[in-house]
Amino acid sequence: MSTPQTLYEKIWNAHVVEQRDDGTCLIFIDRHLVHEVTSPQAFEGLRAAGRRVRRPDLTLAVPDHNLPTTARLDSNGQPIPIADPESAQQLEALERNAPEFGIDYINASDAKQGIVHVVGPEQGFSLPGTTIVCGDSHTACHGGLGALAFGIGTSEVEHVLATQTLQLTRSKSMEVRVEGELRAGVSAKDVVLHITGVLGAAGGSGHVIEYTGSVIRALSVEGRLTISNMAIEHGARAGLVAPDETTFAYIKGRPMAPSGANWDAAVAYWRTLATDPGATYDKVVSIDAADIAPSVTWGTSPEDVLPITGIVPDPSAFADPSKQEAARKSLDYMGLTPGTRMTDIEVQNIFIGSCTNSRIEDLRAAAEILKGRKKAANVKWAIVVPGSGLVKQQAEDEGLDQIFTDAGFEWREPGCSACLGMNPDKVPAGERCASTSNRNFVGRQGPGARTHLVSPAMAAAAAVAGKLTDVRAFAN
Amino acid sequence: MKAISRVEGRAYPVGLKNIDTDVIIPAVWLKTISRAGLGKGAFESLRAVPGNVFDDPEYAGAPILIAGDNFGCGSSREHAAWAMADLGISAVIAPSFSDIFSGNAFKNGLLAIVLPQAAIDRLMEVARTDDIHIDLETQTVTTPFQDRFEFEIDPFRKHCLINGVDEIGLTLKSSDAISVYEAKLSADRPWLAPNPV
Ligand code: SF4
Repeated sequence: MSTPQTLYEKIWNAHVVEQRDDGTCLIFIDRHLVHEVTSPQAFEGLRAAGRRVRRPDLTLAVPDHNLPTTARLDSNGQPIPIADPESAQQLEALERNAPEFGIDYINASDAKQGIVHVVGPEQGFSLPGTTIVCGDSHTACHGGLGALAFGIGTSEVEHVLATQTLQLTRSKSMEVRVEGELRAGVSAKDVVLHITGVLGAAGGSGHVIEYTGSVIRALSVEGRLTISNMAIEHGARAGLVAPDETTFAYIKGRPMAPSGANWDAAVAYWRTLATDPGATYDKVVSIDAADIAPSVTWGTSPEDVLPITGIVPDPSAFADPSKQEAARKSLDYMGLTPGTRMTDIEVQNIFIGSCTNSRIEDLRAAAEILKGRKKAANVKWAIVVPGSGLVKQQAEDEGLDQIFTDAGFEWREPGCSACLGMNPDKVPAGERCASTSNRNFVGRQGPGARTHLVSPAMAAAAAVAGKLTDVRAFAN
Repeated sequence: MKAISRVEGRAYPVGLKNIDTDVIIPAVWLKTISRAGLGKGAFESLRAVPGNVFDDPEYAGAPILIAGDNFGCGSSREHAAWAMADLGISAVIAPSFSDIFSGNAFKNGLLAIVLPQAAIDRLMEVARTDDIHIDLETQTVTTPFQDRFEFEIDPFRKHCLINGVDEIGLTLKSSDAISVYEAKLSADRPWLAPNPV
């Protein structure tokens, strides 16, 4: 009888092209997503060495990071040039490189355009049991479908373009099991923030995490993508959720997904992927759903998580001296005083978007809170940035855009937007933002910007209250 | 990749934990299509603080940086490694690194050396006044005060670093094995071929 295997081991073993004596493996890559920021130097490297792209058919390019989220076409349907010359240059480089190397390219004004990690699953490009890479650390997102997906640097982008493989060593495995039933007002985002608080920013280091348990099973694919998206925020190389009927139903009929007889063969294969009974992980962490509240971050590391009912911690309360020092610096940057109730913190900006929370379900959750309400007067800037043109269309079909604009939000074009300060959407220095993105690092949303990570419903509630607030008081 | 086997000189005693990639190089610097010139944006937020080690003439041109746990966490941007190299840094010593950062560092011939916290504490002390010496051949970090710390490194990575191996060139030698794998894949999992967008 063969030894029981985890989902991770099965995917890994199915992709080994060669194994060296020291254990390093040449791993085949099934899917490669390319965007404008981490690819120009890789294509340049290929050109300099006279190399071609080995499998353009397994590669998909789409711009997202530095595209402005304002209108892309003028009244005559002509593309509006990007004002920032450097951003324009990066976009032009991708527009040139994709056809030169024979890669499918979704252009900035195509309805299919969006954030790479929203586009991949939405198009059926990302599939269970595949290896997926992208020059972006939140590639782990696609693990929500049961794909082994991880971020790579530009040299590795070049390596994959040239060889369709990567030289990798096997990671350790960890199971994060979330059992029970989520309390009212608690979403997938709160689950992953809570996990990050429990594990710490480096807790998953060297590991691939499989998220299991009744809570994960009950989540939609959108929710699973949100969880796996932030695997990197607790240091993991990748996150995984075993594919099941929910996954298959999500993928079926998507444009790039298998169809006809191929569909049946694919599903039959995907059904074999779940971790075998008796397989062991290097580490197991159990989390009780009852312990998870609507959550929010107070500092500048994603591990700085509190329930919304919490108070800003006193740095001297941390056991670890270097954490004390880090907490002091965080509070200084965040302009917060220990002992302040999280619900007393005013916010001036609201960002609903990013590959963590910009899918239709996220927009529905936020709209549900905002329906018939308005943002508070002290909230100066509130934007909703759908994850893709298709999400945007669907939201408009459901009338969500109207709810957002009635509440005083701006309704934008898809892209990474205020998730990272490299396009025009930035949070002003010294101001706070309740943000549905994934990172609260110093300067992440713009120089001096102060980020509080929350779920879409919590961001919407914060907009109405003008401060961080408990979404449970807002049940419509 | 340029070959590297020895690094010697002053070290920036930074020491902080969880130094993320937005600290190493903020996103606004990523709008470039070149690998060079990023040193200007390196550690921007740390350099904004008066009296920081990066602008202290005492450490000018230091080839080493000492940090706390989880160095390079956050984004996959290789710009972090490029920016450090552009600043003249050839090695980072820390108790742990993010997986992606250590991969990116390796690809750029930047040593990411793991030593236990006790060794880091000692090196932080030495770094304030004296040089630190790293020898990749013998896998040691030494100081003028007879401190000697051994570090682990993957033998393959060590070989590539010392010889400045082009990794893509190396993998391309396995082209036939890749072709065999691809043929088997099309037979076993034909549904993997994506329909074009
Ligand atoms: S939305 Fe943010 S995290 Fe996601 S791909 Fe864009 S920049 Fe990266």
